[in-house]
Amino acid sequence: MRKPLSIIAGAVALGLVLAGCSSNTGSDPENANQVEVFTWWASGSEKVGLDALVKVFQEQNPDDEFINASVAGGAGSNAKAALASRLEANNPPDTFQAHAGAELTDYINAGQLQDLSSFYQENGLTDVFPASLVERLTVDGAIYSVPSNIHRANVVWANTQVLTDAGIDPMAAPADLDAWIADLKKLKDAGVETPLALGTEWTQMQLFENVLIADLGADGYSGLWTGDTAWDDAGVEKAIAHYSELLDYTNSDFAGLDWDAATQIVLDGNAAYNVMGDWAESAFQQAGWTYDNEYTTWATPGTDGVFDFLADSFTLSVGAPHEAAAIDWLTTISSADGQKAFNLAKGSIPARTDTVAADYPAYQQTAIKSFGEDTVVSSLAHGAAASIAWSGDISSAIGKFGADRDADSLLAGLVAAADKSLG
Amino acid sequence: MKKGYKNWGPPLLLVSPTIIVIGIFVYGLIGANIAVSFSNRHSLVPATEFVGLENYFAIFAEERFIHSLQNLGVFTVFFIGGTMLFGFLWAWMLDKGVTAEGVFRSVFLFPMAISFVASGVVWRWLLNSAEGDRASGLNRIFENLGLGFLQNSWWNEPGWGMAAIALPAIWQLAGYVMALFLAGFRGIPADLREAARMDGATEWKLYRYVIFPQLSPVALSALIIVGHMSLKVFDLIMAITKSIYQTEVPATYLWVALTANDYAKSATIATVLLLFVAVLIVPYMVYTARAERKQR
Repeated sequence: MRKPLSIIAGAVALGLVLAGCSSNTGSDPENANQVEVFTWWASGSEKVGLDALVKVFQEQNPDDEFINASVAGGAGSNAKAALASRLEANNPPDTFQAHAGAELTDYINAGQLQDLSSFYQENGLTDVFPASLVERLTVDGAIYSVPSNIHRANVVWANTQVLTDAGIDPMAAPADLDAWIADLKKLKDAGVETPLALGTEWTQMQLFENVLIADLGADGYSGLWTGDTAWDDAGVEKAIAHYSELLDYTNSDFAGLDWDAATQIVLDGNAAYNVMGDWAESAFQQAGWTYDNEYTTWATPGTDGVFDFLADSFTLSVGAPHEAAAIDWLTTISSADGQKAFNLAKGSIPARTDTVAADYPAYQQTAIKSFGEDTVVSSLAHGAAASIAWSGDISSAIGKFGADRDADSLLAGLVAAADKSLG
Repeated sequence: MKKGYKNWGPPLLLVSPTIIVIGIFVYGLIGANIAVSFSNRHSLVPATEFVGLENYFAIFAEERFIHSLQNLGVFTVFFIGGTMLFGFLWAWMLDKGVTAEGVFRSVFLFPMAISFVASGVVWRWLLNSAEGDRASGLNRIFENLGLGFLQNSWWNEPGWGMAAIALPAIWQLAGYVMALFLAGFRGIPADLREAARMDGATEWKLYRYVIFPQLSPVALSALIIVGHMSLKVFDLIMAITKSIYQTEVPATYLWVALTANDYAKSATIATVLLLFVAVLIVPYMVYTARAERKQR
């Protein structure tokens, strides 16, 4: 009995040892023609977009090998945690995905990103991207990322049927917040219990930033992030009052709803409006609805003429093992073909102003038009306006306000968050 | 009896891999964590100086952390109260004798085999706080049964909302406490009960003076185990509500701070949690060690 038992035990031990000897098919520092691209686009329309982008990359750079280092789960939070540990261990990927704007502050301060201003000059990106976008991406004279797609965060998605039933013209956007609140009241009186659909903390933050833009204007709003506008400004107090009014018209269970559940309330006809970024377009398309037919969009009342941007972008790591191939990748994603392939698949719009709008579906055409004409401001809820720590503090204050409606506490929390971050 | 290292050598050799691994991966890393909490590393930039207890004073002065402690307190009270009550009740009823006792025991114990995340996903739907037309989950069930007045906003209630989060936790762990108490009941010799009855004790006096004192060590260990589980609650809350203000507890606050790259703060919260659990466990361990020594 002992001999066969010890043989089995030995075989098991050997098997465990062999399991640790798996071959490494990943990034090889010796091979200069590889590029390891780290994203969180591992499923859904994002993966479709990434695949389309990789196809263009292979066409433009047939010698380079693309290594997909995407990490799934948590809408990017798993990927960010994995990225942080890789950067900590001095094993950076060649290029990684990050939201353009202030979310990069931590990486910039830690000296983990390379300056891409010369890349912008060489590829003429400073001319082909809108000036206000380049301004948003510039930190102390340097640019650290290349945006692959632009989303808009100040859009109201409206259910035309619900509005027509209540006697409101869905195609006519209300002139400002007060007119919109009057419409909301009209809807509630007509029997729509929760005219404005809302979701969990980051969607609340997105609604609040829309109200801030409406009440402070584009310059006032942008000044909040540089310290030019004080957070205890009268405009911010007005915004808090407006936001509180808007909350009275929302569904009471918003704290636990993800963004797609909130959009679903509009699709079900239980709400008329939802303020959401343009990734909501895919939800309406999947329901089989047609733009300007069953649903329509306009800029959040009071923010007409402003494009509240957020962008997925790619960076160049300091100490990237395959720098030349990484530059090839950045060239592809900023090229007209690359941006077209990616954005058609993902549902966002290119950052380039030389886009042919007719190639894109109806909603994207309105976004492209606005992007070309309007003032671009950075989105708070999506990492463009404030660093992770700052937006986390604001998120907690907004979540607290959603629970207890204490306006003084919210103002104090916003001021404290700004003081902590701006120093 | 062998003398010297021939006596304690082999046992030490057997245990030494475990001691080394625990020494590095548990106590060594706890030490590293405490070291980070004494630093000023609040972002990806490496730490520059030793700041002592400043981080600890900072979080206790923070309203958000105090709120998370309050949430934790409410959750702990309801969780411990619920599990002890139901655990004892079920154990007592099973001890009284019932047909198919094994079936009931298994049914009560099964929820413990489910991970908190899996049950959290289901309870997220059940505890949905919408009421009226858009109600789903428990609110919808109440409405359909004609018990519409029982609808409420569950965990969305400021202040006592955490009691709603305690519901799934109680459902999962009351069976475990029941198993502990059942073992305790079964451990009381039958002749003690008979002797008490022969001396003329009523049922209530029998429980109060004979059974409960015998059960108190079991109750104490159940209390300690359930107590330290409740202090660490994280996955249940993340599964039901993700990390939002209403249901924030220190463990989820730690996670949020970590994803914001505030290493010193999350290390501080982790150490504070460790100290809370230590306050609970260490006296208990001292007590059981003394009891064992007395028995020898």
